[in-house]
Amino acid sequence: MAHLDDLIATDILGYLKAQEEKSFLRFITCGSVDDGKSTLIGRLLYDSKLIYEDQLATIEKDSKKSGTQGDKIDLALLVDGLAAEREQGITIDVAYRFFSTDKRKFIVADTPGHVQYTRNMATGASTADVAVLLIDARYGVQEQTRRHAFIVSLLGVKHVVVAINKMDLNGFDQSIYNDIEVDFREFSRDLGFTDITCIPMSALDGDNVTIRSDNSDWYKGPTLLEYLEVVDVDKAALDAPFRLPVQWVNRPNLDFRGFSGTVASGTVEVGDEIIVIPSGKRSTVKEIVTFDGNRDIAREDMAVTLTLNDEIDISRGDIICKKDTPAEQADQFQAHMLWMSENEMFPGRQYLLKTGNKTVPASVMKLKHRIDINDFSEVAVDTLALNEVGVATLSLSAPIAFDAYNDNRNTGSFILIDRQTNETVGVGMLDFALRRAKNVVWQDLDVNKAVRSEQKNQKPALLWFTGLSGSGKSTIANLVEKRLLDLGRHTYTLDGDNVRHGLNRDLNFSKADRVENIRRIGEVARLMVDAGLITMASFISPYRAERRMARDLLEEGEFIEVFVNTPLEVAEARDVKGLYAKARAGEIKNFTGIDSEYQAPENAEITVDTVKMSADEAAEMIVTYLKDKGFMSGYEG
Amino acid sequence: MNMTLISDFVTRAEALAISSGQSLSTISRKLLNDGKGLSRLKEGGQCTLKTMDEALAKLEALEIELSGEAKLRMTHLDRLEAEAIHIMREVAAQCENPVMLYSVGKDSSVMLHLAEKAFFPSRPPFPLMHVDTTWKFKEMIAFRDRRAKEVGMELIVHSNPDGIRDGVGPFTHGSAVHTDIMKTQGLKQALDKYKFDAAFGGARRDEEKSRAKERIFSFRSENHRWDAKNQRPELWNIYNTRVKKGESMRVFPISNWTELDIWQYIYKENIQIPDLYLSKKRPVVEKDGVLILVDDDRMPIGPDDVIEEKMVRFRTLGCYPLTGAVESEAVTLPDVIQEMLLTTTSERQGRVIDSDAGASMEQKKEEGYF
Repeated sequence: MAHLDDLIATDILGYLKAQEEKSFLRFITCGSVDDGKSTLIGRLLYDSKLIYEDQLATIEKDSKKSGTQGDKIDLALLVDGLAAEREQGITIDVAYRFFSTDKRKFIVADTPGHVQYTRNMATGASTADVAVLLIDARYGVQEQTRRHAFIVSLLGVKHVVVAINKMDLNGFDQSIYNDIEVDFREFSRDLGFTDITCIPMSALDGDNVTIRSDNSDWYKGPTLLEYLEVVDVDKAALDAPFRLPVQWVNRPNLDFRGFSGTVASGTVEVGDEIIVIPSGKRSTVKEIVTFDGNRDIAREDMAVTLTLNDEIDISRGDIICKKDTPAEQADQFQAHMLWMSENEMFPGRQYLLKTGNKTVPASVMKLKHRIDINDFSEVAVDTLALNEVGVATLSLSAPIAFDAYNDNRNTGSFILIDRQTNETVGVGMLDFALRRAKNVVWQDLDVNKAVRSEQKNQKPALLWFTGLSGSGKSTIANLVEKRLLDLGRHTYTLDGDNVRHGLNRDLNFSKADRVENIRRIGEVARLMVDAGLITMASFISPYRAERRMARDLLEEGEFIEVFVNTPLEVAEARDVKGLYAKARAGEIKNFTGIDSEYQAPENAEITVDTVKMSADEAAEMIVTYLKDKGFMSGYEG
Repeated sequence: MNMTLISDFVTRAEALAISSGQSLSTISRKLLNDGKGLSRLKEGGQCTLKTMDEALAKLEALEIELSGEAKLRMTHLDRLEAEAIHIMREVAAQCENPVMLYSVGKDSSVMLHLAEKAFFPSRPPFPLMHVDTTWKFKEMIAFRDRRAKEVGMELIVHSNPDGIRDGVGPFTHGSAVHTDIMKTQGLKQALDKYKFDAAFGGARRDEEKSRAKERIFSFRSENHRWDAKNQRPELWNIYNTRVKKGESMRVFPISNWTELDIWQYIYKENIQIPDLYLSKKRPVVEKDGVLILVDDDRMPIGPDDVIEEKMVRFRTLGCYPLTGAVESEAVTLPDVIQEMLLTTTSERQGRVIDSDAGASMEQKKEEGYF
């Protein structure tokens, strides 16, 4: 390996010292063989002197035999030759190649551009910080350019180099280059790339690959290698919120309890206040332990072990965050998914979902649409087949800590595993939680009603259903609760069944006891509202004064009186429980409407006329009322 | 202007470029508003004192900024190390009965060192296992036993009892048969015997061209076969470690390391490796153009064979009759690295095993050899 670096021969220790300071970059090359991708990679390996003489001798021999470049060495053979070795139908065909310069070590994910490219390219892109997209200058932006750009964007690659190759075939015509650049920037505008660098090159002759070309003196930007050597992919990640997904609990003895993992983003220092998601437990960092001694600070990508100042329960699957910037947690998500298996996706079937550090049973609730990767359009479908990309909602059997993939690749990604075969059948990128179980303990607020209801993403309320026996109060209240639950809201219903047998079993139906009954219910309901719940109380509650008393226990606007208005004749005619008959027969005393008064509400927030309206319609009306009055924040559609 | 001032400035700017990982022209732009300014100064160019004063102030600011950032810098070796640690912890947390295959070579030495780091202050929560073909260099065996004791890990040594019973060896049976029975079959026996569901191996992707597409978690069927169709996608750093009873994973935590990375890391971390990697006078016999060490008296010395004392070392370690020595003056680790960097042939040429007809690495892997 003929390194030109003089230090190797003259000062090996100096050389080693300098090499130790190298940084690191992973990138992916996208393009088909015809675009000159293999030639480009071969060129990078060749120009960085990473080809041994025996390997070179083989290529020279092969170039004469089967090369396409006359007397020149066909560098593509170096790469294609390696590929041929393994064309035995390996699933996910990504070759990893290595080269380095004095400044950086590089890992190139080399994926074939033809069939099955989606999952191959996604695999390579998942660990890449930069994508080099090859365009043949003769053809400009093609459908496949769009596909490749879409896939690397889907996998969150932010830095893109557009290598406009084969410029030698048009005499390095600047206008051709400019047109392609404009085309590319135009169609990729919505793909979320933070920087796009276009380079005119000839991989074959090496123009602007590692050496600046005299043929393109109009081009003032970097060569490909210059770009790769200096592009900064680190900075953003260090400013991101701190995340340590706990991989392994380190317990060598009773005196040491550490939490080992690789920092997924941000930095952490000794003394920092932390919070554990999903448990919400807090502590401060005592030590950052490594084999090489304790550190004061650790950053993204470092594999460390944290110890804390408090004994709190933490296990694999948890994410340690800084107190003020915790991860979210949820058990229902929308995600972008790429299907990796020959067996299509089965919405409804249970798979195992594995994140960086946690595995939970999960199923695809609904496949919203497939994305056509050629024109980015959305197509309604029932399933995803191999290499297809779609947007789906997922339901997990337990909540996980996470970030949106767009914010954090390490804590927003997952794979799906088939429970029978153990195959990895799909991969996904989390978009957002459907039921926002936002963790709210991050600020050092007292935990109060506002915090609790914010956590539930709703405004608490007490829906007070009043009306004659048999008017349909409980039926409607139950329907309302079901609908709210479907909408991901947190609810509770108090009614005669669950109150009379416990809390109020010492009370009878005398006037005094009826008042006390309502007072107690009002107090319990107030506690439930304080807990942040949308609470339903379903009681005859015949007296205005007691309803007023319950209203006064709550804050302005929280008490919603629902008058279930059913005329006595109608209720008595229905007589679902046969109570009216018994009251009429004198078997029940103090029965409202018969021998006890019902004072109808005068200013109820909602009045339901059960003669004109079905129970379902009534429930719908009440839920709409809650939506309209802003009790369910974050409600979409 | 004072030439020392300029040359000091250039030296500091160059040091900054190296430690910050930025190119000289970038640094030059930052200091002098001119990408080529530094190289002009270096070649004897001049500038005004005012320019120099301003540049020195900027240089100082950049140096201070960097020293704060230095704690947060990760070199390529730091990243490779962190990746390997992550992989090892994942296995420890997810697999029921893992083992580390320890072949006593330099890659195994690096792997063992990484394991110590991954679980510190705990000891690595799995045993080491060496498949001993009974033809390894004596020095390797001594080194192996000493290191296992020092690290405090359990060491399992397995030799194929059938092979021993039949007296299998490279001289009598040839390298292919010997390697198959004593190494490949021996390894399968040991994995079956202890029912390991994950085995760490020290293979690298750069080592041999067929490995460029190998997974980090490589799935093996019940009979230890590697099946191209049955390899799982590997995205991000999420590894699917699930196997059914009898199936297993080979796990390669140093997949992304190159040979130079390995040597640099050994040097930087001061990792112990067997002395066989360093050159010294050793008795060798030349057989078919390959220098073979006379390691014990099982070595057949023919009438035409001459035992010579030569300054030799080994670029890879294995069974002594199958491992060619290279003549070398490299007696220290930096010497070895220097020689490796200046050398012009790829690593595996010293291995007799690769030259065997019909025994490609590919086929060996399918059969269960690494």
